[in-house]
Amino acid sequence: MDLRCVLLPGNPSCQGCPHAIGLKALSVLENPIVVVPAGCTTIIAGFNPKQSIDLPVVHVPFASAPAVACGLSKAYDNVVVWMGDGATDIGFSTLSGSAIRNDNILVVVSDNEAYMNTGIQMSGTTFWKAKTTTTPAGKREEKKDLALIMLMHRIPYVATASVGYMRDFVRKVKKASKIKGFKFIHLHSPCPPGWRFDSSKTVEVARMAVKSGAWILWEYDGSFRITGMSRMFRDKSKRIPLTEYLRVQGRFKGLTEEDVRTIEERIDEVWKLLDVLENTINKA
Amino acid sequence: MEWLKTLISRPSKGVSGKTGYWRTFKPIYDRDKCVLCYECYVYCPENCVEIVEKVVKIDYDFCKGCGICSEVCPANAIEMVKED
Ligand SMILES: Cc1ncc(C[n+]2csc(CCOP(=O)(O)OP(=O)(O)O)c2C)c(N)n1
Ligand code: SF4
Ligand code: SF4
Ligand code: SF4
Ligand SMILES: [Mg+2]
Repeated sequence: MDLRCVLLPGNPSCQGCPHAIGLKALSVLENPIVVVPAGCTTIIAGFNPKQSIDLPVVHVPFASAPAVACGLSKAYDNVVVWMGDGATDIGFSTLSGSAIRNDNILVVVSDNEAYMNTGIQMSGTTFWKAKTTTTPAGKREEKKDLALIMLMHRIPYVATASVGYMRDFVRKVKKASKIKGFKFIHLHSPCPPGWRFDSSKTVEVARMAVKSGAWILWEYDGSFRITGMSRMFRDKSKRIPLTEYLRVQGRFKGLTEEDVRTIEERIDEVWKLLDVLENTINKA
Repeated sequence: MEWLKTLISRPSKGVSGKTGYWRTFKPIYDRDKCVLCYECYVYCPENCVEIVEKVVKIDYDFCKGCGICSEVCPANAIEMVKED
């Protein structure tokens, strides 16, 4: 894979950081400018007068990220917003506005399913029943499906990806960079301290999410399709048990059998919906 | 406009110093087992794995000892050994 080192060694990311793995994919873009709202990536990017990301980075306040990127896109070709799930909750209005204008930018949401940088607070995409510092007994609220919400903005390109499958993610970033207009990639980013698993397991946990069907890789570019490893897991009998994915993470400690059943039903519903989309939004 | 320059940061290695000090376990590479699949290179979060002339080189100045390279290696060519 033609990856170049974008994030320089000796940066402040925790051991096993998913953002640090994901950022490598930006190296396939030609002269990108990266817009970063507050989050772990702000810290990882370093402190003045040094920075650890070897690309032009613009640090911006939460809600302004897509708006700043919109402005930059009038002068530059490859403008990328790299934001967290928390920034996406808080800055959703400008994200939505940018999408309906079809600004020529790529937005990557590196989703570690909580506001990690401020101490693991629940976000809209935090997994069902997961413990965070604001949901100490497990999340009771719903989990929103960000990529599907963006798909309904009728933008030219939407995809999900995972730091456990970098080749699939890199292919999607490359494809997005060739499309004019608003592109959105929702990247699944398991975080060792936030999800409570050992730093060596980031890639393994990301792959378990896909293998258990809990995270689904798909892409829309005019047609909608399940991609990569996830194609095989349309067939439920091929998946690993969901409990295997949940068991390796401390944030799911103490889940009851009923909790697991509830989560499984939710996941089944997502698969059903994606199946409909794959069979309906299909140019061929 | 000279003051503006102070607002701009420049790319540099070791923004957090020599992060090799963070390590509890050290990845040890065994060239004989390596099948050159590049998995360690692709997934090392720290970007401190390089493959030079078909040999994996780990930059111990910055390797944080996360253990991902060892986990993703399909040939068990990287072993995590406790630092002394
Ligand atoms: C307007 C504003 N409110 C709150 C904060 C504090 N803050 C900094 S980072 C952060 C969480 C970001 O979470 P997310 O976007 O998920 O990124 P992560 O840290 O998880 O990578 C918050 C709330 C801020 N910087 N600005
Ligand atoms: S808390 Fe998680 S996302 Fe944030 S720097 Fe640490 S490992 Fe990375
Ligand atoms: S232990 Fe972690 S930081 Fe060190 S070389 Fe392996 S993957 Fe990179
Ligand atoms: S992952 Fe293992 S086999 Fe593959 S290149 Fe690295 S050391 Fe060699
Ligand atoms: Mg987050």
